[in-house]
Amino acid sequence: MNTMKSIYGSKASQPPIWRPALGLAIIMLILCGGFYATAVTSFAGMLFPQQATGSLVTQNGKQIGSALVSQPFSAAYYFHGRPSSADNDPMATGGSNLAPSNPELRDRVAQTSAALTQEFQVSSSQLPVDLLASSGSGVDPHISPAAALLQMKTVAIARGITSSQLEQLVLQHIEAPQWGIFGQPRVNVLLLNLALDTQYPRQ
Amino acid sequence: MEIILICSLALLLAWPLGHYMTGIFSAGPHWSDKVFLPFENGIFKLLGIRATQGMDWKSYGAAFLLSNLVLGIVAYFLLQFQHLLPLNPNNIGPLSWDLALHTAVSFLTNTNQQHYSGQAQLSYLSQGFLIVTLQFVTPAMALAVCVAILRGMMGGRDVKEAKEGEERDLGNYYQDTVRAVLRLMLPLAAVVAVLLASQGVPSSYQASPTVPVLEQGQNLTEQTIPLGPVASMVAIKQLGTNGGGWFGPNSSNPLENPTPVSNAIQTIAIVLIPMSVVFMAGGLLRRRGFTFLSLSVMGGLSLVFIAAAVYSEQQPNVAFTGLAQQAGNMEGKEVRLGTDLSALWATFTTQTSNGSVNAMHDSLNPIAGLVTRSGMLINGIWGGIGCGFVNFLVYVWLAVFIAGLMIGRTPEIFGRKLEKREISWLGVLLVLPSAVILTFTAITVAFPVLTGNSNPGLHGIAQVFYEYTSAFANNGSGFEGLGDDTTWWNISCVVVLILGRYLPLVIPLLIAGSLAKKRLVPTSAGTLPLFNPTFAVTLVTVILIVNFLSFLPSMVLGPIGEALELSQQTAAVLGQ
Repeated sequence: MNTMKSIYGSKASQPPIWRPALGLAIIMLILCGGFYATAVTSFAGMLFPQQATGSLVTQNGKQIGSALVSQPFSAAYYFHGRPSSADNDPMATGGSNLAPSNPELRDRVAQTSAALTQEFQVSSSQLPVDLLASSGSGVDPHISPAAALLQMKTVAIARGITSSQLEQLVLQHIEAPQWGIFGQPRVNVLLLNLALDTQYPRQ
Repeated sequence: MEIILICSLALLLAWPLGHYMTGIFSAGPHWSDKVFLPFENGIFKLLGIRATQGMDWKSYGAAFLLSNLVLGIVAYFLLQFQHLLPLNPNNIGPLSWDLALHTAVSFLTNTNQQHYSGQAQLSYLSQGFLIVTLQFVTPAMALAVCVAILRGMMGGRDVKEAKEGEERDLGNYYQDTVRAVLRLMLPLAAVVAVLLASQGVPSSYQASPTVPVLEQGQNLTEQTIPLGPVASMVAIKQLGTNGGGWFGPNSSNPLENPTPVSNAIQTIAIVLIPMSVVFMAGGLLRRRGFTFLSLSVMGGLSLVFIAAAVYSEQQPNVAFTGLAQQAGNMEGKEVRLGTDLSALWATFTTQTSNGSVNAMHDSLNPIAGLVTRSGMLINGIWGGIGCGFVNFLVYVWLAVFIAGLMIGRTPEIFGRKLEKREISWLGVLLVLPSAVILTFTAITVAFPVLTGNSNPGLHGIAQVFYEYTSAFANNGSGFEGLGDDTTWWNISCVVVLILGRYLPLVIPLLIAGSLAKKRLVPTSAGTLPLFNPTFAVTLVTVILIVNFLSFLPSMVLGPIGEALELSQQTAAVLGQ
């Protein structure tokens, strides 16, 4: 305790040693948790109202999911997204957490591979990896351009349109790497399917 | 290409920031006083302290430990009773006592290891109020200790007046902590948060909207899009080498990391302050050369690790052999980011003790698995804010000691001798990681009921080893397949977390305190020169050998064994 005395001196008004510790906790809660979080959240929400509230997309005035969250698609007239270990539920996101050495992963990929080769009538060496690998979040909204082009023929037949009509729509929806450099080229499945419904409605 | 760009941008920003940090932690006026000094003085009045009053290493350490204890108790009770507190629009229940304890300690130790799943188990109050606060304060506390240690190496603030053998003034703990939060963390975090919100990270107090999906008639007919003050939290969790995400899978979640640009911002934020500390150290020690030495050693090791991880993930995942195109490992990764950005992130997040992920580390190829573990074990390449650089200093002291023995001189650094007392404490620091991590891994693996892992064989052992390594390194990333919300995992990790946080900060503080009061030995021809390639190579060798000796056997049981197993499997598949 000698050293403590040297800090606060031996004045009568010496504060108890826990006081600054408790004070720091309370002040920081108010400053960081209260003031910072509220100010920044409201300010950012004001600047970017659309992005700050989940990037919801609307169709015919009705909200239809978020551009950032994948949705399940199983019908032949829609493009399909990546395998999800979270059943596309944004409240329960997560990956498969299966290691490359895990036989369970091998079995799952083999099943998917067999199903996809049959569905699209291609050999397994033509299947883009992202259509077989489950995403990290389970709600990855994108697929690779190759994965979109692979599905084109099937979707065109189901919609009763030609592949070339559809190809144009798909090409329009390929997002280049951001600012020309960051990330990978990709296609947002939900936005593509919404555009599909608008341009080539199902009979 | 994008990797080079991101790394150079980080370095370029760290330089002026480090200079600024030198300024705010030095004695004497600084231009930022005009803005911040009135606020600071108000806070010091409320705390009842005089900021000018110095502390010796004991009082500094005691203040650090005490303020942590108090903050920990407050955090535990807020988590335990979150269901009774306001700001809980999604009506989330209480945490179990052991999960609340683990969560409180995990965030208190700047680890942010999560055994809960973010948005589902914590209320807005717990996430946006309590955890955000801890994410600001805990790195600031470690930075304060780091600054005090650096002052000690220079003989303390009162070096001119004090007599030899007298306890020295290492600064005022509360002043340093408050300054770090107010002048460094808060302004930076605000900027990053707004940038992230512009990319689509939610920033709202509304309850989460539930909307129907486009294709009806399937199992899932509607989705709830989780909202909350996410952007403000993600900003500080990256900047503060914290890592606990708002969402369970962190920044792989497109709501937490929507675009490649948001990914670049977050990647830079992860290494920014740890890099700046390197520049700051050179300034506080008044030795430019020390910054160059640290930069070249850390940067060199960091680049090697990045290259290895990027190469590793560009290789196909063995489970996909013959079943798809030959392309990089996309299991557990996001299309917008691809393999390179995921590998870069995985390397930085484990080197800096950040621990947030943008891809699932469980599904990485073995070489990247090795890289991530090595980053955490070394724990001094960039490292967590404050504590990372302190770990690096420990390696430097060790290297000085070994080099001193080799040339037959009393080891000394900056004119102060490392003697028996300092070296014995260095020995404790040397043995500590392997003793703690390996003991707990051995106990857990010995009782299969305890482990609860998702993968068989060698990877199962690797998962357990990773969890304790991550806890000890105060990193917080995990092989998420582990069923880790059990009483055993929660309690054993609490012990590892506390040992891994406080001993590696307080023991170096003790060493610095003891160095500070020694007589200054004038530089002579016999002084070991630190700022040349020979010493840099010695330092790298020491870092690598220390970790090899401690952890090679467990690496062989983990990722190395797994890599051998996999190459065998590939051969078998191709041979069919």
